[in-house]
Amino acid sequence: MSPTMTDASPVLHDPKDGLAVLERPGTSIAETFGIPLAVLLEITHRCPLQCPYCSNPVEMERASNELTTTEWKKVLTELAEIGVLQVHFSGGEPTARKDLAELIQHATDVGLYSNLITSAVLLRREKLAALADAGLAHIQISFQGTDPVLANRVAGFRNAHAKKLVVAGWARELGLPLTVNAVMHRQNLHLLSDIIDLAVDLDADRIEIANVQYYGWALKNRAALMPTGEQIEEMAAIVEAAQQRLAGILAIDFVVPDYHAVRPKKCMGGWGRQFFNITPSGKVLPCHAAESIKDLNFESVRSNHSIAWIWKNSEAFNRYRGTGWMPEPCKSCAFKEIDFGGCRCQAFALTGDAGNTDPACSLSPRHEEMFKIAVKEAEAGANRLIYRNFAGGTLEPEPADGA
Amino acid sequence: MSTAVAPAVRRRLLVTEASVPALARGTQLRFDGMRERWVLLVPERVLAPDDIAVEVLKLCDGARSVGAIIDELAARYAALREEIAGDVVEMLQDLAKSGFLVEAGERHP
Repeated sequence: MSPTMTDASPVLHDPKDGLAVLERPGTSIAETFGIPLAVLLEITHRCPLQCPYCSNPVEMERASNELTTTEWKKVLTELAEIGVLQVHFSGGEPTARKDLAELIQHATDVGLYSNLITSAVLLRREKLAALADAGLAHIQISFQGTDPVLANRVAGFRNAHAKKLVVAGWARELGLPLTVNAVMHRQNLHLLSDIIDLAVDLDADRIEIANVQYYGWALKNRAALMPTGEQIEEMAAIVEAAQQRLAGILAIDFVVPDYHAVRPKKCMGGWGRQFFNITPSGKVLPCHAAESIKDLNFESVRSNHSIAWIWKNSEAFNRYRGTGWMPEPCKSCAFKEIDFGGCRCQAFALTGDAGNTDPACSLSPRHEEMFKIAVKEAEAGANRLIYRNFAGGTLEPEPADGA
Repeated sequence: MSTAVAPAVRRRLLVTEASVPALARGTQLRFDGMRERWVLLVPERVLAPDDIAVEVLKLCDGARSVGAIIDELAARYAALREEIAGDVVEMLQDLAKSGFLVEAGERHP
């Protein structure tokens, strides 16, 4: 009677409870099925927060360019029809759109599972209840720290932290599964244990501990955010201990920092293999940072092409798909189908050519240089942030109290 | 109006034959017609239950007790009840630990 895998379907692991993982953050076997199992919808770039590591592009879409309610509904219907199972409503701040409940209801009606990825600061209790009633299945709330002064400073928003705590409480009262998202960097890594404890206190199901990935806004802020080598060692030990201690209580996902890595991450599971996202104006991207690669053109859902056509046939998706595009040292590397050459956006940001090997890889000629940048910037300790905004960023004022 | 609260319940849910398990909020068992397989949709994940897990999850309807689920499976697979009871409880306990099952009594508004 003990469950076993009874078919030959590929799985990431053979589990004791009879549940193989097809998709989870960072890993997926979606490529086996042709179309991604889950899609990220960045429904707006508007956000009251100004986090210096925001994953949105530096040049953000204005409200006037955003897809309309009708257009987003059409997108949701199309996604369900081509075999997508889950959508992540994200932003910017997705609750900044007044039609969010309507969009979630539509996702529910066409059979999609909805996740909400939010800063939570704009939510009222009735609004969250309305989203839950519309069929929202899960909420992920970002936290910038556990010390309110630091957390509010990083978010660039007064009282953000206190508001998040309240909304997390409402989410649990409404029975919504809760994930705490904690983006970690040099200025908050000393709070890592506290953030894990906070997630337990908030009765979260899961915490995503994500080291900042340095593209776009985060690249502008790299010197202020880059962790020290010592912090990274401590982090690994803290996460590992917590994963053991909290087994069955809190699931812990961990996004490792790549400036200190030896092997590059399998970014997006490989370009155009298992992930796409749709921007506020309807562009279909292989990665949420892909617009940082300046010589690529991205097709839009507003074009005459279907989403399935864009996924399969568009130039941007095919440019770095598979292994045929690879130069040396990737071309003859035994790991080329393990990591697919790392991250294209990082290769572009650091070498000027997205077709180069990601410098996070020790085989890249730029690897040593990248590591040295990380060490130098972390040691210099320049902590002033550049806040994310539509004006291209604003440098934090000099601290009055020497903080 | 409050519905099933998965994690707090999950920590308490000790599966016995008297338990009445139901899928937690945010856990959806579905047949994916495109890929012709059952999938379990959970927060930011897609899981593929094997055939036995599918049968067990389908029986977690918030009405049947674990004892009744064991009876049903014993009849369906012509197995001896005492031979499968322990395995079924263990499997349900694993699913509960993952946060996918809650006690149905806790689901009432």
